[in-house]
Amino acid sequence: MAEKMELNEVEVWDGNYAVSQALRQAQVDVVAAYPITPSTPIVENYGAYVANGYVDGEFVMVESEHAAMSACVGAAAAGGRVATATSSQGFALMVEVLYQASGMRLPIVLTVVNRALASPLNVRGDHSDMYLGRDSGWIQIDAFNAQEAYDLTLCAFRIGEDMRTRLPVMVHQDGFDTSHTAQNVKPLQDDEAYKFVGVYKPFEEMLDFSKAVTYGAQTEEDWHFEHKAKQHKALMDSPVVIDEVFEEFKKLTGREYKRVESYLMDDAEVAIVALGSNVETATYTAQQLREKGIKVGVVSPRCFRPFPFDEIRDALKDVKSVAVLDRSCPMGAMGALFNEVTAAMYTTDSRPIISNYIYGLGGRDLTVEDIKAIYEEQLANAEVGHLTTPVQQFIGVRGPKLGFFETRRGK
Amino acid sequence: MAITNIKNLKEFSTVNERFEGAHLLCPGCAHSMIVRELMNATDDNLVIATNTGCLEVSTAVYPYTSWDTSWIHIGFENAASAISGAEAMYKARKRKGTLKDPDAPVKFVAFGGDGATYDIGFQWLSGAIERGHDFTYICLDNENYANTGGQRSSATPIGAHTTTAQAGRVSYGKKQRKKDMVGIMAANGAVYSAQLAPNKWKIMAKGFQKALEMEGPSFINTVSACTTEWKFDPKDTIHITDLATDSLMFPIYEIINGRELNILYRPKNVIPVEEYLAAQGRYKHLFKPENRHIIDLIQKEVDAKWEYLQRREEARI
Repeated sequence: MAEKMELNEVEVWDGNYAVSQALRQAQVDVVAAYPITPSTPIVENYGAYVANGYVDGEFVMVESEHAAMSACVGAAAAGGRVATATSSQGFALMVEVLYQASGMRLPIVLTVVNRALASPLNVRGDHSDMYLGRDSGWIQIDAFNAQEAYDLTLCAFRIGEDMRTRLPVMVHQDGFDTSHTAQNVKPLQDDEAYKFVGVYKPFEEMLDFSKAVTYGAQTEEDWHFEHKAKQHKALMDSPVVIDEVFEEFKKLTGREYKRVESYLMDDAEVAIVALGSNVETATYTAQQLREKGIKVGVVSPRCFRPFPFDEIRDALKDVKSVAVLDRSCPMGAMGALFNEVTAAMYTTDSRPIISNYIYGLGGRDLTVEDIKAIYEEQLANAEVGHLTTPVQQFIGVRGPKLGFFETRRGK
Repeated sequence: MAITNIKNLKEFSTVNERFEGAHLLCPGCAHSMIVRELMNATDDNLVIATNTGCLEVSTAVYPYTSWDTSWIHIGFENAASAISGAEAMYKARKRKGTLKDPDAPVKFVAFGGDGATYDIGFQWLSGAIERGHDFTYICLDNENYANTGGQRSSATPIGAHTTTAQAGRVSYGKKQRKKDMVGIMAANGAVYSAQLAPNKWKIMAKGFQKALEMEGPSFINTVSACTTEWKFDPKDTIHITDLATDSLMFPIYEIINGRELNILYRPKNVIPVEEYLAAQGRYKHLFKPENRHIIDLIQKEVDAKWEYLQRREEARI
């Protein structure tokens, strides 16, 4: 039996350490992984637990991220709890297998420390890797700080392994801003955490020899569509389970999570929609503006996949102008989050003014001043009743101001 | 029933049927013979991973499966990683006591074609062998990407025609030599590395059993004559394989723990490689006067390899 760890009521952990503790407490059967900055400390910390008797499961350090996810798929099909960690280029290398993992409905947990994608090579945080996974059939949950990375990793096992879901789950956090920033984290004790996560329930496992199972069959035009439709349906049905797990976690810890987080939105006239650690910067800025009586708020899809279309629509339906922030280069189109949010808002009668801000690429800081400037533009839009800027702007980038796409609405 | 108790091929081929005859492999394909022999060589439960390729696309087309055992396919390159994961999960669950039947004996096996093994999955296989997982990897070597219509692989021999290394007016086919996977895997840390062929079924079954029984990673390159891409009559699969082993184009041997090399089959009458080449359409162009030197070259290299194997066997190093 693995040794237990005595944890303080409040620990000082960074996002990586928080995740490695959650993996240890979940008593993962197989962690198959390959190190990559900035997620490396997750597997290094885990390796220390293995070396010191805190882990009963297997720790397989493979020769690439592609092999890591491949081994995770083999391990999960063999009927146990599986997790790994990666970032950026490693995530990109895994992509082929991400689709295979979800297609086989294997509840693997992948903790992603978000980082930019080369070229140019960059180790800092942005959301290029997170966006790369958005059609892969995984549930994607986003943590904004170390506490959330810990909490949501525990929740991820419950969500993915639930017999109603049986889907793989990614838990994202921002590289360095979250992964390497030491913060106060309130952990659960080992027994409490494992009790919450629960005993793994094998399903159609390869190690039950009373019944042959075939994983990863071939389907062509005769059956492929049905399989993919069912997979989409499973994702679309997963919010029931996600909400239940969040509710139970709240009862246990008092910490509340929602698929769409709203801050200061009650009577907000304008809002910022964002993902990741900058949600906290935006919230901080909104509080400052609120003190001056300016009615601003922040909305964030905690759950990026399945996309909380209805909840985003309801959260933003009463505002006049919305800025959607994308931390990934849209490369010839609108930002992905902008597209999702705009589609949701198009289904309302009020249809607020919406524009897109590209920010923070390759770890560029998004400052309070930047966010104030964004809010000011939203307030100006709200004042005149139409968009006063290009539909898409780059913020925080050197050189002449970059703006793209025009609106015809209200002009 | 283990092979040691089985007297003839007919009995052996049906003793422990876990691979259904209903599959979509070409008539005359040697893959199914090799797979069935592997599965009949043990009574233990099997967990099998298969790379994308002829075997996979012909045996698991939804809603059917030919596999009456635990079976998984992920991608073209990663069966060795999949089986690594499954084997690791077995160890973890055995330790934790969560297996349904903890005493059930189990063997972990991965299959791949030469494309998956020599080329695209080379790294995945090398990693799995290096990590020392207890599994047996079997390459079904038909010396080309047969599943996609016969492109060259790094297992394609020099002089063979493939669709991406064609014989033509100014080309004699593939220009490069075949990779020595048995040697590479032995050096990579395979406890058992061998080349076996289905025409020598008793030797092959014993080799399979040795690989399955030895603790640690094993690699076996099996000769799988390809009626479609080698271009011979489907009824001649075993005949062609006889020519392959008796011309020493495919010597049958094993390397134990990277050191001890044993030749497992010595043809009574070694035939010239020309006979083997002449029996297949893929080498037809070599018989033109301007390409005859390639046949001589192949013969010279086959002789040198045989000499090398014999001296390695003698040296025991």
